[in-house]
Amino acid sequence: MNLNLTRRRFIKGVIASGAAATTTGVWVAANGAARPAGAVERMIRININGQVRTVDVAPQETLASTLRYKLGLTGTKLGCNRGECGACTVLVDDVSTYACSVLTHSVKNGRIETVEGLESADGTLHPVQQAFVEELSPQCGYCTPGQIMAAVALLRENPNPTREEARQGLSGNICRCGSYDSYLDGVMRAAQIG
Amino acid sequence: MAYMHIGKDFVPPDVNGKVTGRIKYAEDYTREGMVYARLLTSPIPHARVVNIDASEALAMDGVFGLLTADDVYPDGEPQSTGLKVLTNEPTLVGEPILALAAIDEKTAETAISKISVTFERLPFVLDPLDSLAEGGPDAYNGGNTYVFRQGFASEKWSADQVASFRAGNEPTAEPQQTFAYGDLDAALAESAFVYESAFTTAGYPHQSMEPRSAMAYWENGKLYLHGTSQSLSALADGMASIVGVPQEDFVFINEATGGGFGQRARANSIPSMAIPAKLSQKINRPVMMRVTRDEETAIGGARQGFQGWIKCGFKADGTMAAADLYIISDNGGKGGGGDAYSAADCISILYQTEAVRFRGTSIGSNTGHRGAQRGPGQNQIAAIIAPILDKAAEELGIDRLKIRQINTPQNGDIGGASRTPFTSAYMPEALKMGAEQFNLEERMARSRKRNGSKVTGIGIGQGYHNAGRSGMDGIVRLTADGRLKVHNGVGNLGTYSYASTSRAAAEVLQMPWERVDIVTGRTDRNLPITSPQDGSNSIFTNTRTNYGAAMDLLGKMKEIAAMELGGDAADYDIGDERVFKAAAPSEGMTFAEIAQKGISLGGKFTGESDLPEELNDFTKISVSRLAGDSLMGIYHDAPHNNNPPGFTVTFTEIEMDVETGKYDIVDMVTIGDCGTVVHPQGLKNQLVGGAVWGIGLAGYERHLYDPQNGLPASTGYWQSKIPTMMDTPAKIKTGWVDLPDPENPVGARGIGEPAMGAVAAALASAISDSLEGHLFNAAPVTADMIINHVAGVTSEAVPLAQNNFRG
Repeated sequence: MNLNLTRRRFIKGVIASGAAATTTGVWVAANGAARPAGAVERMIRININGQVRTVDVAPQETLASTLRYKLGLTGTKLGCNRGECGACTVLVDDVSTYACSVLTHSVKNGRIETVEGLESADGTLHPVQQAFVEELSPQCGYCTPGQIMAAVALLRENPNPTREEARQGLSGNICRCGSYDSYLDGVMRAAQIG
Repeated sequence: MAYMHIGKDFVPPDVNGKVTGRIKYAEDYTREGMVYARLLTSPIPHARVVNIDASEALAMDGVFGLLTADDVYPDGEPQSTGLKVLTNEPTLVGEPILALAAIDEKTAETAISKISVTFERLPFVLDPLDSLAEGGPDAYNGGNTYVFRQGFASEKWSADQVASFRAGNEPTAEPQQTFAYGDLDAALAESAFVYESAFTTAGYPHQSMEPRSAMAYWENGKLYLHGTSQSLSALADGMASIVGVPQEDFVFINEATGGGFGQRARANSIPSMAIPAKLSQKINRPVMMRVTRDEETAIGGARQGFQGWIKCGFKADGTMAAADLYIISDNGGKGGGGDAYSAADCISILYQTEAVRFRGTSIGSNTGHRGAQRGPGQNQIAAIIAPILDKAAEELGIDRLKIRQINTPQNGDIGGASRTPFTSAYMPEALKMGAEQFNLEERMARSRKRNGSKVTGIGIGQGYHNAGRSGMDGIVRLTADGRLKVHNGVGNLGTYSYASTSRAAAEVLQMPWERVDIVTGRTDRNLPITSPQDGSNSIFTNTRTNYGAAMDLLGKMKEIAAMELGGDAADYDIGDERVFKAAAPSEGMTFAEIAQKGISLGGKFTGESDLPEELNDFTKISVSRLAGDSLMGIYHDAPHNNNPPGFTVTFTEIEMDVETGKYDIVDMVTIGDCGTVVHPQGLKNQLVGGAVWGIGLAGYERHLYDPQNGLPASTGYWQSKIPTMMDTPAKIKTGWVDLPDPENPVGARGIGEPAMGAVAAALASAISDSLEGHLFNAAPVTADMIINHVAGVTSEAVPLAQNNFRG
């Protein structure tokens, strides 16, 4: 994660690019039955977790909708669907991104990673996942995939963060259970595991 | 005592699913032919539905049907303040009026936009005191309050009485509810320092991360409901009757829950899950109902706010002689709660007050649904009482730790309205441990020291909640392959208590953890009834049931061994998954052999006869389905009498910026007294999680409503201002006393709720300390309030305001 990319700058960037999907709190329909005039190409190929997937994406469809409802990648959670909580955090070209607040078409040329893509084929957990297990970082677990993706982004940018840097790196992810302390313990352990 | 499992960390079986994203929450499921429900909710705070015209919507392609309150309640809606499945009499913005099912959500939304609902607007009220004033609006159709077993009533004070209360004076009107013990007048007369003030605490929403989405379908006469719950079998028990389906035909599926905090403990606090169930029944298709954040905020529950008055008397030696409380509690548009009573009860217990009087009245407002939220009552008052203790210490010339030690509850004490003895109480040990770890003496030297615009504040807080129930059931089984199955009906909301309480059974049988299977996640796996997982009770309640069931199983195993190998059951011992003669360990049977023999014997060994007489009906259904194919241990837990308390203490240092009203938490140490520690990592999570909630209560969280139209302003995470990682310390230090409770077989008591109260109290104490001992008599104390105080602006826009900015 680029530590210079603050949450505020990120959101402003999303808004400036016209990628913000909805602020009404209503889930965007994933079927795309109505196609506005001049709509973009529907069948697109996107790189998700190292695999190129062909998927029918409506023009107004958010990345979170595509992942969850088209591709069955339900590890990406929707807590607010309006860019507040970070439960839907995924990586787009290594940058942690709220999947609820970006349109799939706007990132179709990017390299998208979700929590499902971290585990090795042989079942070995990613160091962040392993560290979160060892520290029992999750409580209810609903925000955990987002916390993990934010931590992965942080550690790629800064493999040995201080606790304060880790705190900044995960500050866009809310945990209502209040497990922040255990998530930070997990990030610091993950940095040790490497 | 040397335990094999108790007190040791382990990897709960669901953690892997949480870090890989594989574990499923209700909205993650799909079903062939599934259609989608959307809600039409009330746009106004108080109304009556006069007419619904859905003809255009129902004529649309892809629309399958509609569910209204008339479908759910053909004989009329229940006349109570409880949250309803759907309603024609909304009393808060966002209350569901109807649900419509369609091929997809977009079609459903479009169809809903074509439904014409005619509302009769009714007067609304946002502040209970405005309703209490003579001539003020009532939140409900039958009045402004609900009296148990009597119905709606209208409670009114004279304008002068309300104005006097708002001015900070003792209310004079007759309360709805009271308790008292001791001679209050004499105790106040004996007091060397008496503090009296009005106070407020804010209500605010639970905001669980997972919205209460649900999916339902019917198959072969059975209802399958994928939902969210913090109490798996206890919630299923109640939900079956809300939907109107026999318990044996209801399957509740709930592998994981994205947070609960009180509002997903019981079926009547989350009746919206009945909507997809009823709609699915009506249109004969699987129905998914996704709930938005706004909808979750409206019906997802909220803490009761207080508008109160308190008078405390302290003797010259620091003893809290008297506490007199009068509290108006905000019942919101739906629901209610016993927070005010619990608040007074908490003071009695935490400070062993010699004389207590409580007077309380609950009044509705057309705001969010109220109900139990983490430490309901105890945690609000913790933030109010801590600075009062500090003030008393200052006035009486007593050390701030010492005044808490003088009044501390301890073993042998009684407390509360019921004057019930504790099962055990180690608060003195917790205070001592916390003070040492925090290095209190050295830090006190920094108290109130100023560096530029920053002032150091030191705070001490205490938290309490009663933390254990009884009367529930346990089921464990030994299968033919010698594995132990622990059937556990505790919900999975993130405490891991479904797993940690199962370890009590493994402990009894000295079973390696990898040979234990926890059977949970859906009710057709045949679970015992448990208490709702609220009130910090799970660890106490369900270690008792699992331990008891395992003891029943162990007795049967030894009996079988004696039948096969001779002698009496008492001659046998266990170890290494064998039952053997204590005097001749080589003579024995493996657990698998014992199980196989038990299965062949049948009868009481396999749950087919001789069940405990008091076994709950829910459990009887499960046992009847399991009977015959394994060796079973079945147990009904007899009620216990005394109060198992959960206690916490917190010490904190803050750096207050008196120019901005913001403060940094420099350090925080929080110590739990919850008996024997069963699961250290789980306990640490409860302590740090409770701390984050305490930070929110003390400084940030509150309901806000537009006073003109009654529209909610705090409908999301940021508007509610729940704490983020940047609002909390980078490290919260935790510890625990770890002394056993005699009324629990493994010595355990609960902790989740007091973990919050102690932190809220410590922060309120520290804020006051950083401002020369000023008492705000409020929670939260926001940056605005601090700046106003520093600037000398003492008047609030509306004294004792609820659900509104405080000026």
